[in-house]
Amino acid sequence: MDRDDLLSLYRQMLLIRRFEEKSAEMYALAKIGGFLHLYIGEEAIAVGAIAAIRANDYVITAYRDHGHCLAKGSEPGRVMAELFGKATGLCKGKGGSMHLVDARRNFMGGYAIVGGHLPLATGLAFAVKYQKRDQVVLCFFGEGAVPTGQAHEAFNLAALWKLPVIFICENNRYGMGTPVQRAVALYSNVAETARAYGIEAETVDGMDVLAVRTLMKTVVTKVRSAPHPSFVEALTYRFMGHSMADPSHGHYRSKEEVEEERTRDPLLLLRQTIMNRGLGSEPDFKRLEREVGEIVAAAVKFADESPFPAPTALEEDVYAE
Amino acid sequence: MLISYREALNQAMREEMRRDDRVFLIGEEVGYYQGAFKVSKGFVEEFGTQRVLDTPITEAGFTGLAIGAAMAGLHPIVELMTFNFGILALDQIVNNAAKIRYMSGGQLSVPLVIRGPGSAAHQLGAQHSQSLEAWFCHVPGLKVIAPATPHDAKGLLKSAVRDSNPVIFIEAQLLYSTKGDVAEGEYTIPIGQAEVKRRGDDVTIVAYSKMLLLALEAAEDLAREGIQAEVVDPRTLKPLDVQAIVSSVQKTGRLVIVEEGWRFAGLGAQIAEVVYAQAFDYLDAPIVRVTGVDVPMPYTRPLEDAAIPDRERVRAAVRQVVKGS
Repeated sequence: MDRDDLLSLYRQMLLIRRFEEKSAEMYALAKIGGFLHLYIGEEAIAVGAIAAIRANDYVITAYRDHGHCLAKGSEPGRVMAELFGKATGLCKGKGGSMHLVDARRNFMGGYAIVGGHLPLATGLAFAVKYQKRDQVVLCFFGEGAVPTGQAHEAFNLAALWKLPVIFICENNRYGMGTPVQRAVALYSNVAETARAYGIEAETVDGMDVLAVRTLMKTVVTKVRSAPHPSFVEALTYRFMGHSMADPSHGHYRSKEEVEEERTRDPLLLLRQTIMNRGLGSEPDFKRLEREVGEIVAAAVKFADESPFPAPTALEEDVYAE
Repeated sequence: MLISYREALNQAMREEMRRDDRVFLIGEEVGYYQGAFKVSKGFVEEFGTQRVLDTPITEAGFTGLAIGAAMAGLHPIVELMTFNFGILALDQIVNNAAKIRYMSGGQLSVPLVIRGPGSAAHQLGAQHSQSLEAWFCHVPGLKVIAPATPHDAKGLLKSAVRDSNPVIFIEAQLLYSTKGDVAEGEYTIPIGQAEVKRRGDDVTIVAYSKMLLLALEAAEDLAREGIQAEVVDPRTLKPLDVQAIVSSVQKTGRLVIVEEGWRFAGLGAQIAEVVYAQAFDYLDAPIVRVTGVDVPMPYTRPLEDAAIPDRERVRAAVRQVVKGS
């Protein structure tokens, strides 16, 4: 691992962090409406996992999807424009924060019915295998999706038919305000749920982007060489509320707990690693801050200056020709 | 060529699977069992288990899988053993299949057919005797087809497989063994096109699926009473061929709508609304609907019969709009 490699990972996480902090500001200014679920604190998972795949591999996720979309390479301006509901957004303003799609990059979308996109992921993997291609599918979801019936149906079919899908459970310990201990029977080892279906499962520190990437590279190589499902549980923590409607701690968790977890901020951890290895120093991070800041500012400017969709767009895209 | 409705569906799928490698069949018992109603007879032998996939009992799972496969460029045909079990897949159909194109701003599409029998057979009880077409028709992004004859079933299923959208294709258990003439050779029937199944000047009867056969029988009875009914089969329920229905009503001035589904918020209410809006001035009498009764389907035969439209109820409805009694 060289300097450029580590700084690039840092830069990707920093972009997601600053992009989302700016989205929160824009939400407060009512430039963004509806629900806005921030990924702040969980960036190492999307960045680490997506760093382990090829550009034409599929990614699909739930509604907390900004990070995955940016990590897959989508243009920040078009993502921000989508949040603003503008015609230049990835989905022409019809999807919004929870339903980002960038088909050109095989980012197959964010889905907002918990558990509902896991069967879709098995279908993408089915198509890959049916057409004898060698792509893999990364399917991200929170631990809150693990008890859903659709997740179990997806695990069973993926295992039964040996489909090349990697289920990545982002265990941030709370499904909205309900702690995992009160929601998932195998809460102390969520990965065990997948093993019950004969799916190989690993648990990784989701705050450590290098650990995530290292594990994912191994898993991806195995899945690509002989199609089969795999399961990765990434232990993480959401620093912000469930959505913008929710304060960062609320009644369901203490301020102290949030502060304690923030000491394991994935950006902080990677920064320390880079410094400890002598691969980067303060000026490097300042430069990255400046570059990312410019990208985010340009994204906001692009979104702000873009037009809303014309009224004629309302009834377009319901059906394909 | 006189063949059964079942054989017509079999031919349609077989021809489409031969034409296009992207088409595959997935569902419970579609392979070695040859379909719960033997619609996929001979498919495993011809296409193999890669393209004819027996699934576990997991409707949300395999419907969602098919949707995902369609997003990645395949053209799945999902067989639901019955549409009652499709309720388990409603999240996938309504929240994913129907919306993915729109939510993605037209980037993705879901070319997919979901087919199987709807409506009642004989004494299968409340959970196996439902006509749910109105549910699907309500959802933007879906197309809904409910053919009544072997000829229509074949031509429309082929069109459904070639369509770039999710298509709900509703058959009926009591239609599978019915026979009819099917054109020789390759043909398709456009989605969204009604057909006048019987010409008449006195009254229009709109009926689809199993109820079309009932309407045609009733029309023959009524002809002996001197009433000439025009019977219009929409064939596709969404998009509905409004023009065909309105044109017929403009000619006859009277309309009876027959549907097996529950009355309240049923499809006939929507058809009536369209006709009132577009042909009110042509109507000589209020529209009459013949529908299923708003109860869960009872098991016992006399009550089941009473819950479903029959020939006499159709005749009575027609007499009412024609003679006002």
